[in-house]
Amino acid sequence: MSIPLHAGTENCVGPEKGEITPAFEKQSDELVSRYPVSKRSAVLPLLHLWQETFGYIGPRGVEWIAKKLSLQEIQVLELVTFYPWFRQKPYGKFHFRVCRTLPCALGGAGKTFAALQKLMNLKSDGHEGAMVSEDGRFSLEYSECLASCGTAPVVLRNDEFYEKVDEKRASDLVTGCR
Amino acid sequence: MAISQYRLVFKHIDSPGYTRDIACYQKHGGYEMLKKGLAMGPAGIRDEVKKSQLRGRGGAGFPTGTKWSFIDPAKVTKPIYLICNADESEPGTFKDRQIIYKDPHQLIEGMILSCFANGVKLAYLYIRCEFTEGWKILETALAEAKAAGFLGKNILKSGYDLEIYVHRGAGAYICGEETGLIESLEGKRAYPRIKPPYFPAVLGLYMCPTIVNNVETLCNVKHIVEMGGDAYAKIGRPNNTGTRLLCVSGDVVRPGYYEFPCGALTLGQLIYDVCGGIRNGRKLKAVIPGGSSAKVLRAGETYKMKAKDIHGNMVDRDVKLEDLPMDFDSLAAAGSMAGSGGVIVMDDTRDMVECLANISTFYAHESCGQCTPCREGVLWLKKILARIADGHGKDEDPTLLKDVADRIAGRTICAFGEAASWPVQSFLGKFKEEFQLRIRRNGTAAKTDTVSLTH
Amino acid sequence: MNPWNHDVAKDEKDLVDVQVDGVWMQMPRGLNVVEVAHRAQKFIPHYCYHPKLSVVGNCRMCLFEMGTPKMGPDRKPVLGADGKPEIAWMPRPQIGCATNITPGMGIRTDSALVKDCRNGVMEFLLINHPLDCPICDQAGECKLQEYSVEYGTGASRFVENKVKKPKNVDLGERIVLDDERCILCSRCIRFSSEVMKDDVLGFVNRGSHSTLTAYPGKSFDNAYSLNTADICPVGALTSKDFRFQMRVWFLKETKSLCASCGTGCNVTIGSREGKVHRLTPRENEAVNSQWMCDFGRLNFHYLESKDRLHRPLLRAAGEQFPGTWADAIQRSVDGLKKVKPEEIAVVASSRLTLEELFVLKRLLAELGVNRVDTVPNPGQADNFLRSGDGNPNSRGTELLGLSSGGRKLGSWGTEIESGKIKALFVLGGEDLIASGLPASTLAKLDLLIASGILTNETTRLAHVVLPGAAFAEKTGSMVNVHGRLQRMTRAIAAPGEAREEWTILRDLRMALTGGNSFHSVEDVWKSMAAEVSQLSGLNWARIGDLGIQIESVAQAAGVKAG
Ligand SMILES: Cc1cc2nc3c(=O)[nH]c(=O)nc-3n(C[C@H](O)[C@H](O)[C@H](O)COP(=O)(O)O)c2cc1C
Ligand code: SF4
Ligand code: SF4
Ligand code: SF4
Ligand code: FES
Repeated sequence: MSIPLHAGTENCVGPEKGEITPAFEKQSDELVSRYPVSKRSAVLPLLHLWQETFGYIGPRGVEWIAKKLSLQEIQVLELVTFYPWFRQKPYGKFHFRVCRTLPCALGGAGKTFAALQKLMNLKSDGHEGAMVSEDGRFSLEYSECLASCGTAPVVLRNDEFYEKVDEKRASDLVTGCR
Repeated sequence: MAISQYRLVFKHIDSPGYTRDIACYQKHGGYEMLKKGLAMGPAGIRDEVKKSQLRGRGGAGFPTGTKWSFIDPAKVTKPIYLICNADESEPGTFKDRQIIYKDPHQLIEGMILSCFANGVKLAYLYIRCEFTEGWKILETALAEAKAAGFLGKNILKSGYDLEIYVHRGAGAYICGEETGLIESLEGKRAYPRIKPPYFPAVLGLYMCPTIVNNVETLCNVKHIVEMGGDAYAKIGRPNNTGTRLLCVSGDVVRPGYYEFPCGALTLGQLIYDVCGGIRNGRKLKAVIPGGSSAKVLRAGETYKMKAKDIHGNMVDRDVKLEDLPMDFDSLAAAGSMAGSGGVIVMDDTRDMVECLANISTFYAHESCGQCTPCREGVLWLKKILARIADGHGKDEDPTLLKDVADRIAGRTICAFGEAASWPVQSFLGKFKEEFQLRIRRNGTAAKTDTVSLTH
Repeated sequence: MNPWNHDVAKDEKDLVDVQVDGVWMQMPRGLNVVEVAHRAQKFIPHYCYHPKLSVVGNCRMCLFEMGTPKMGPDRKPVLGADGKPEIAWMPRPQIGCATNITPGMGIRTDSALVKDCRNGVMEFLLINHPLDCPICDQAGECKLQEYSVEYGTGASRFVENKVKKPKNVDLGERIVLDDERCILCSRCIRFSSEVMKDDVLGFVNRGSHSTLTAYPGKSFDNAYSLNTADICPVGALTSKDFRFQMRVWFLKETKSLCASCGTGCNVTIGSREGKVHRLTPRENEAVNSQWMCDFGRLNFHYLESKDRLHRPLLRAAGEQFPGTWADAIQRSVDGLKKVKPEEIAVVASSRLTLEELFVLKRLLAELGVNRVDTVPNPGQADNFLRSGDGNPNSRGTELLGLSSGGRKLGSWGTEIESGKIKALFVLGGEDLIASGLPASTLAKLDLLIASGILTNETTRLAHVVLPGAAFAEKTGSMVNVHGRLQRMTRAIAAPGEAREEWTILRDLRMALTGGNSFHSVEDVWKSMAAEVSQLSGLNWARIGDLGIQIESVAQAAGVKAG
């Protein structure tokens, strides 16, 4: 989980691409309206929205959200770096999260991960955090318990959830990426 | 298999043809209890919940009626909030997921009733974002309920208004801790608050009185309204009333989720009868009975417990691991806890060093980092364990591990400190020889005969 | 001024019984256990707790054993043989910073459990600490170092790799951060957010990797930022100005005042061998609490400026030459004697002490000079400590009747031009040219005497220049904008032949009027206290280190407005 300090700037390749559309504005306003007492509460929802729209949360996202909610940028960056779901650099088009916590480990998560890593041709750079393939197609990381321990090992591929992912299923998941 | 499930909360889960839309829910009697509850009035519902002796299903087992009684809607001048804790992040636990994915309206009905009972006008449903479909299901269900007049302004013409919003977490276990959750919902790092003074019932969300209840707890409220507190209290055992959702994972033939009256079955029955015993014809070695934070139990152990003899006198009785009733008090008496209902089973091929190292990696990753003993100590534990697993253990490591864990538990801001220390204390206490052996056989050979679980 | 004041009891007379380490005592209701222990002379070590900031309880250093009165079946406390309630001790230690005392509470600050708790926290804090005390600026003032001697075990059992974090991070113009030393107590963040309302600092990352930072591209340099270096319990935040200057244990500490605005923040001057190394705020709830502004804190380097006046200067043949004090005084006396009292004008200075002003007042009375005023010096008021008055003792000059707030001054230019004013005595380094008087006007004077610390346009034109002493170089008293009388104390000697102004004025007075000599600045005070009604009955001991209110704050504000 160790993200270098100021990862917010160092890890990002340029500003997050893409326009802020009126639809995006509208969606964020709707999210903010769910917190009539304190709009600061909308930081997490807006970070989700940003990441889903732009792929990751770089300085542009942090600054846009801070402005939207009348916060200081640091108050947003504090959250981006606290919550593991958020990323500050682009991940692969297909991002895999393999649960590594005890029940999944007992179920063979280690093998699943190794199989995925091999299939995606990823090398660990020694840092914790996600590995991203050179062509930007795949990325892979471990995740902590995904609350489906009865069907271990489990994997999230982007938003899709897969259960009992042994090495065979892992290979299907990779080849099934389109 | 003699014991059959008692499906109350899970009644419709996985039953053929049952869908999660409101039409199906209503066809099965859905939202009828809301009508009944509105007629009972807030105090009426609170009374029944009190009588039911329902204990929270989120982990701590705190009596829900008592928790609610800390807030008197008649006296409180600030707004009162209710938050449904759907963070389900305790390793080994996957019961709330079933409810959210397969029967969301049950939760929503329970939540509306609980809000009504406590004078709540604005409530949040804090769900872990890894339930990538779950939050959308809940949003849809809330919209359906609103369209049907069960939510929003003037619910069923009762004059009662309520808004419920879904709020997604972002992958941090500590958001399950209720005050960490509140901070997170306020848009901050999920740093648990010090208690005193920040008890949620007094200074919760936005510094207002706040009730935080688990998904399963809130579902039970619906059933309490349905059957009445006294009838509900008859399910299970005294002080351990109602049903319990149990999630079994690890080395059993049939892992999964089950529902039983609290304490109606033993740990042995759960593992051998319900779950078909240990996988691959192996033997039981260890079991964690209430989520990864609970202390591990070792196969072959017996526990001293108070029990009534045939004359009605309290006597000490030796209870075997297999005979432990699956309820709050029995598991506590065995030195562990019922916790979140997540039962993790390990067979006799499992290396306890690897298992503990895996667990400690989880806690080191999830410590919020706010308070010194947990922030520094838990990572230290992980590093020592990883080193032992790697074949570089030292003779003094077991003592050091225990010392470090002892200096975390009971000295931190939140119960995460205990959650991270108990596994270490119990694994070392119960499998010390295994750690010593691993240290003695240091070097490259150390890992060859075990499956590595540290990644 | 502070959002919190945990060290101040709501009511010092509303007392409850508590037992501290076995001894029953009475303490004000509502105080927390750290403060109660402090009052009981039982120190409870702490890092994150600060009496002026919100309580977060994150360091866990202040854990103590807590008990409550044992209750009998009748729900009344069970009394022991001594007639005092018996105490039921809780198995779990509690944090002193977040626990307010209640009647009958038992507090143990030195039990085996408490010691083990502290020992544990110390070990935890040190495992990832770089242990670079030999090159750390905080050494000597570091709570980690201090407590580890007292509560630590010594040998480390940690053999793993330490967590690496950024070192030498430039947070802004004045502060450097070493994240490896930071113990994540959040004091600096709370100060910035709660006291300054300036959210620039925060923690990024999580768990053991949590790291203090400013938002990339934003700097932490609000007007009070250096206070965080004071309250940082370790050497994580350090002042660039003071970095690598001096080991703190070599510093002589002198209680004094900041003279850079009308607030008169109480300070400690840290000096060594005639050199001031730093100013740090000295707690005074009536003035500055525990804070001071960065401007005032750093506004002492001029003491060593190359423009500093070291020797008296005398003008001859259009140039200034160094001379002796005797010559300078004689030249001044001769010049003043040549003109009539009504042809003399005096610019007193609100930078001078009351004592200096009083000697001046005597002198002017004896000479019969009436034309006296001060130069207003508008400062940059903020909503916190900085006052809109850039002079430290404007209330003092008003009190002694030596100022009309600059109103008289306005006509002096024309009066010099018309020959009505022939001699001008400018004190305290006031620069009339900078305040708008043309040099050509001053050039018309028969006599211009200027005292001051630094060379300026006015001193350059003067016939006699009398080098004076700066705030750190003198002893005396001042009245701040809120009507509080406070004392400043000399920390170092003035450089070269420069002298405290009261001695210059005393010598002038002796030579001019033969007025009684004052042997010491205390003598001056005594005469002044006898004469000035607002000061009557006061002596330095009564003023004390924290000063004394001689006008109500409202009164002072009224005078200023009027
Ligand atoms: C570290 C930690 C993690 C927790 N995680 C969860 C969780 O994921 N879900 C949950 O309902 N309660 C969790 N809890 C318990 C909550 O703090 C809280 O007690 C609970 O939500 C109250 O609901 P209940 O009374 O209905 O059980 C956690 C507690 C701790 C200390
Ligand atoms: S115990 Fe751990 S998780 Fe809880 S507040 Fe302290 S550092 Fe955070
Ligand atoms: S820099 Fe100092 S004051 Fe700030 S959090 Fe770190 S140790 Fe505390
Ligand atoms: S506020 Fe004024 S007196 Fe206080 S430190 Fe700043 S300049 Fe000095
Ligand atoms: S002073 Fe830090 S926890 Fe009390």
